[in-house]
Amino acid sequence: MREIDVERITEAVAKLCWESNVNLGADIGLGLEKALRSEESPVGRECLRGIIENANIARAEGLPICQDTGMVVVFIEYGQEIIIRGGDFQEAINEGVRRGYREGYLRNSVVVDPLRRVNSGDNCPAVIHTQIVPGDRLRITVVPKGFGSENQSRLAMLTPAQGREGVKKFIIDTVNLAGACPCPPLVVGVGLGGTMEMAALLAKKALLREVGTNNPDPFWDEFEAELLREINDLGIGPQGLGGSNTALAIHIIPYPTHIAGLPVAVNISCHVTRHQSAEL
Amino acid sequence: MKKRIQLPLKDEDLVELRAGDSLLLNGPLLTGRDAAHKRLYEAAQSGKELPVAIKGETIYYVGPCPAKPGRIIGSAGPTTSSRMDFYTPTLLKLGLKGMIGKGQRSPEVIEAVTTYGAVYFAALGGAGALIANSIIKAEIVAYPDLGPEAIYRIEVRDFPVIVAIDGKGNDLYRIGRAEYSRRSERNDEC
Repeated sequence: MREIDVERITEAVAKLCWESNVNLGADIGLGLEKALRSEESPVGRECLRGIIENANIARAEGLPICQDTGMVVVFIEYGQEIIIRGGDFQEAINEGVRRGYREGYLRNSVVVDPLRRVNSGDNCPAVIHTQIVPGDRLRITVVPKGFGSENQSRLAMLTPAQGREGVKKFIIDTVNLAGACPCPPLVVGVGLGGTMEMAALLAKKALLREVGTNNPDPFWDEFEAELLREINDLGIGPQGLGGSNTALAIHIIPYPTHIAGLPVAVNISCHVTRHQSAEL
Repeated sequence: MKKRIQLPLKDEDLVELRAGDSLLLNGPLLTGRDAAHKRLYEAAQSGKELPVAIKGETIYYVGPCPAKPGRIIGSAGPTTSSRMDFYTPTLLKLGLKGMIGKGQRSPEVIEAVTTYGAVYFAALGGAGALIANSIIKAEIVAYPDLGPEAIYRIEVRDFPVIVAIDGKGNDLYRIGRAEYSRRSERNDEC
């Protein structure tokens, strides 16, 4: 068995919180450049140039790209040959968030109770998803998720008869209803199948795939390309002020499901779409 | 060349602004978002004096990041304006002239913007670092207990915005989308 001290986990999470909030992912940067080359609207091009300039300022001056530094989602792949020593595993992750947000001057955006709404003051707790995997490695992925886009996400339990067309309609309708609110150009994550909560979780995970990469399954890759075309035909454009680039990418993760069901979850993410990983 | 506009907004500027105009704002603004709007609205409804006078003012919907040492403010991009829609007609009636945020507004807000000759500007959503650099002064003037949601008096220099809804009711979110939509059905209901 391999031992990992909780302090190493805390340090890694704190660093990832900072890095993901300040440094725009290289894949997103390339996606924005590509969008700028193809954008038909002058206002859309102006918005894209501003978005790119903002990311450069954030990196150079060590400022968060966006003031909504998000609620932190943490994905853990926990190798089954690891023993955690020195304290509580979940608390170690939360301490990393606490430290990263305090030392990085990131905004605390979490309220303790959904109706009583008092700010927790340290951006905790994080939303933690742990999966036990073979091996002796611990992989940590930090996803600070802003709520301008999170609020525009939707889930539906479709019937098998609604099929491909039903799924397509639900995804396009979700982006259409969101309009300008989620800060387009978007990254759209789709979880398809499983159960209700599995679809939602897969939709979030779909946001982690690098923009500009293909779906490994040609069937889904083709569907993604068709959906991206139709989303960009909506005309919403950068910042929703009209244009030909409403989304940079759409990623689908399918999962086996029940004979009676077709769950679909659409997780909307903005032009910042932050995530960073580290392995211990 | 983008036009520079001096704040507070003057009536002669307000009548000239058209949806789609790219501007650089200069001068004093107030900040306020969800929690501050709720309090302002409740104070107005119960006939209490507001903690800040909003007549003639422009409100920027923002909840900034904390300032790093040596800086005036942290990242400070706009938040989604539609969450303020419910409170907005009341504030416009009290004399608010300008709003800065991101995203489309409700028909009630557009109507009130027209009725009271106000304007709604779109700032670049997600451009928190860029906008922070155009803020040259910031101090809390009301509701300090709200943390990032407190009302700040800020001063801006060359703050880039686009007129999204003008005093004639022209709505760039609707116009822009219709212009670039390649779909047969109408997609502008949102």
